[in-house]
Amino acid sequence: MCRLFAISSQKPLSPMVAMEALNVMREGHDGSGVGLFLRDLAGPFEDIKDAPILSGIFSDKGLKRLDSFMMDVGFMTKYKISIKVPKTPPPGVPKRDIYLIRAYEYPEEWDDVSPAERLERLLTIRLQLRAMGEEKKDMIVFSFWPDVIMIKEIGDPLVVANYLKLDRKELYARVIMAQGRQNTNYGITLYACHPFFLQGFSTMTNGENTAFIPIRAYLESRRYPGYKGYESDSEVFTHILHYAMAHLGLPLELYKHIITPLQDEAIADHSDARFLKNLKQTCRQLIIDGPNCVIGCLADHSLFMVQDRKKLRPGVVGGKPGQFAFSSEICGLDAAIPDRDKLKDFQPMHLDTVIVGPERQEVKICSQKDPLPLPH
Amino acid sequence: MQPEGSITPSTLSVKDLLWQISWNKDKCSLCGKCTAVCPVNAIELGVFRKRIVQPPADLLKPPPAVYKTYYGIRQKTDPAYNCVGCAMCNLVCPNDAIMPCRSDEADKQRFQIDRGGQPRRRGGRRNAPGSILDRMKFIRISMLTDPALDAGRHEFELRTLLGRVLPPEENLEFLKTNGWIPPVREIYPLIIGGMSFGALSPTMWEGLQMGVAYLNEVIGMPVRISTGEGGCPPRLLRSRFLKYVILQIASGYFGWDEIIHALPEMKEDPCAIEIKYGQGAKPGDGGLLMWYKVNRLIASIRGVPAGVSLPSPPTHQTKYSIEEAVAKMTQSMYMAWGFRVPVYPKISGTSTALAVLNNLTRNPYAAGLAIDGEDGGTGAAYNVSMNHMGHPIATNIRDCYLNLVKLGMQNQLPLFAGGGVGKSGNLAANAAALIMLGASGVQTGKYIMQAAAGCLGSESDRCNICNIGRCPKGITSQDPRLYRRLNVEDVAQRVVDVFLSFDTELKKIVAPLGRSTSLPIGMSDALGIDDYNAARRLSIKYVV
Repeated sequence: MCRLFAISSQKPLSPMVAMEALNVMREGHDGSGVGLFLRDLAGPFEDIKDAPILSGIFSDKGLKRLDSFMMDVGFMTKYKISIKVPKTPPPGVPKRDIYLIRAYEYPEEWDDVSPAERLERLLTIRLQLRAMGEEKKDMIVFSFWPDVIMIKEIGDPLVVANYLKLDRKELYARVIMAQGRQNTNYGITLYACHPFFLQGFSTMTNGENTAFIPIRAYLESRRYPGYKGYESDSEVFTHILHYAMAHLGLPLELYKHIITPLQDEAIADHSDARFLKNLKQTCRQLIIDGPNCVIGCLADHSLFMVQDRKKLRPGVVGGKPGQFAFSSEICGLDAAIPDRDKLKDFQPMHLDTVIVGPERQEVKICSQKDPLPLPH
Repeated sequence: MQPEGSITPSTLSVKDLLWQISWNKDKCSLCGKCTAVCPVNAIELGVFRKRIVQPPADLLKPPPAVYKTYYGIRQKTDPAYNCVGCAMCNLVCPNDAIMPCRSDEADKQRFQIDRGGQPRRRGGRRNAPGSILDRMKFIRISMLTDPALDAGRHEFELRTLLGRVLPPEENLEFLKTNGWIPPVREIYPLIIGGMSFGALSPTMWEGLQMGVAYLNEVIGMPVRISTGEGGCPPRLLRSRFLKYVILQIASGYFGWDEIIHALPEMKEDPCAIEIKYGQGAKPGDGGLLMWYKVNRLIASIRGVPAGVSLPSPPTHQTKYSIEEAVAKMTQSMYMAWGFRVPVYPKISGTSTALAVLNNLTRNPYAAGLAIDGEDGGTGAAYNVSMNHMGHPIATNIRDCYLNLVKLGMQNQLPLFAGGGVGKSGNLAANAAALIMLGASGVQTGKYIMQAAAGCLGSESDRCNICNIGRCPKGITSQDPRLYRRLNVEDVAQRVVDVFLSFDTELKKIVAPLGRSTSLPIGMSDALGIDDYNAARRLSIKYVV
């Protein structure tokens, strides 16, 4: 099983906070991999919030190809973090040439391009790089987005974290999501490692997605270039979130109504019955069947957690004003925020979406039975 | 040279027949019930003469010829009276003295049943037991990585949609702007397929309707039933139960005069309108109700004179192309009910199904597509049509679903599969397999006749006389002496039993796959089959 941990803090934190939380939950995961998502960055990235950051793993050859490709497009390196690793990786961790985290300056030709168009182009470039890497097996690209860093590797989370020396000021962030366990249901590939990212949206999931094949077919047939990959059955959760919010323009509270709609009788009693009935019908192919706990992050730095319709996976949220964490297990929460009021810990159930907004002052709990925050 | 004997080319012995009557003289009480019940008069009272040899003690004297006469059952060998194997004789026999047995070799009667140049006609379905659907297994069992669900305790929502579902962008936009959103029905994924009032007896039809009403109003299962092409009784048209009914219109338009005239008095809209272009059992043939079944009641509902055969044309005569069919018929049907009732075509399985489907995808009104495979049943058709015409449902439905996926319209145009669902008794397994291949739901008729009313038909050419109105169970007869054998309430209760047990079995299939919140339409990763070529063709897993 996977173990998830996410934290949103006013004070920038080291990624090790999340790694240690994963470590105390290690009875619940097999230590086969780790994925890390950092946002609302502190350190050197604080002042270059708009600069897109490329995260990935490259071979020496791959790096050369990257450089020439990026130069051709017109991107200039603005800042980079060099992760120097010992010559011999610890047992279970593959040998890599370069873990790359590099912020770029936009090409001058893009000066007149609208912000939205810029972000679309970033996606295109990431997909091009991914395709190049898949062709020659010399680069793996996780994200290319402003104010976002992603690191993924095979191996035990804490071992990998120490090996990569993640406890460094440059990587301090206010939003951190981390997951322990490589996806082992299909082939071992880093692209199957959570969290997943698409155009500002990121999610990670605990559990199997039994409705994966029809959902994948539906997303792929939307003909949106970003809806591809799917080395993991959990990647669809990110893309459904993107589809709901970026494409359909729905608020986050509607995400759960799409993936786990109310039953017909409950919809009939809802104040927005007509809307929900239509949403359920029209998004029928995106209904998940669990068992899943999904933790995600939005571009505005909100964190959220939803459970499947039967609440078959663990998940808890707790913290104090200024710092809230989401964790698969309470011990993970204890490790990260020991001085919180534990009586206020909340375990979302089958109807709940819990949201910690960008202000990080409270945990907002939305039930699917609540009236919808629809624009009028 | 003149023939001396009386053996004609069609002279058959009992051994030559498909069904041979085995009669036990010791057990027979000569009550005559078997000869009375036989729907085809295949047996009659026989007087038999038998010599009894009683050798005398005195060997020098020749033995006397002692003859005795006894009475019993004789099977006719004239092809016009061939036993159909229904075994009603066995059912009524107080002593189990009589039973039809199937020939141990290919019969000879098949070569003789076209006398007068009339090829064999019958009811039932393709005489070919077994189905590819029976060979499919559900292989994606949730183990350890995700807990299997509990079919008995977890909540399930196994419903499907019938109607044109707009894509999310349009649907939300139309909701905001008060645009027209096509009607969509949330229904149970097992539909009772079109069997007309006329093909079925009044007791059978009423029993089905009562069962469906009970399932909806008492059990809470939104089960729907198609009328078939034969109209609808006026009282039902004007009742609240109409909402559980899918009105079918086919090339003979039988009963539609009555339906159109009832429109202003309808309390409820029907569930949907099904335009039948073809039937899986006999593609290219229209419906056929033989004159024996067209009594006054049937005639008045259908708006025709009594006692005449009612063959529907093979195609809708007013149309020459699918574009026209969709434009004319679908839209005028929508218009008749104020655009509140979904209208969809039903075609027989065919290699041209994709062309039909693609056309429907371009029409914003088409509410779905029902495809009826070669294993579907019928009340009357030529034997050759049933046995040799048609397309298997599995590949048809799979190709259509994958084509919709390619177009991104898999949620917009629901596919309904029919034709041999539950042919070997595995209704839920067959239905689940079709749903996972991409069907939104399934239609079944024959299984309902077998399970709810005890239809004797089989794929071994048993009974299959629905066409002549002599159904020994009273299911497809218009003769009150026959249909009174069927109790309406009993049929209704069996319909309810069938749906409840189907529902449990469907849960027993989807729960171990980890599915319960929605019907696993297109969940092809759950399917496997032990035939490599079939697996490749259907894009499912090959497992041995």
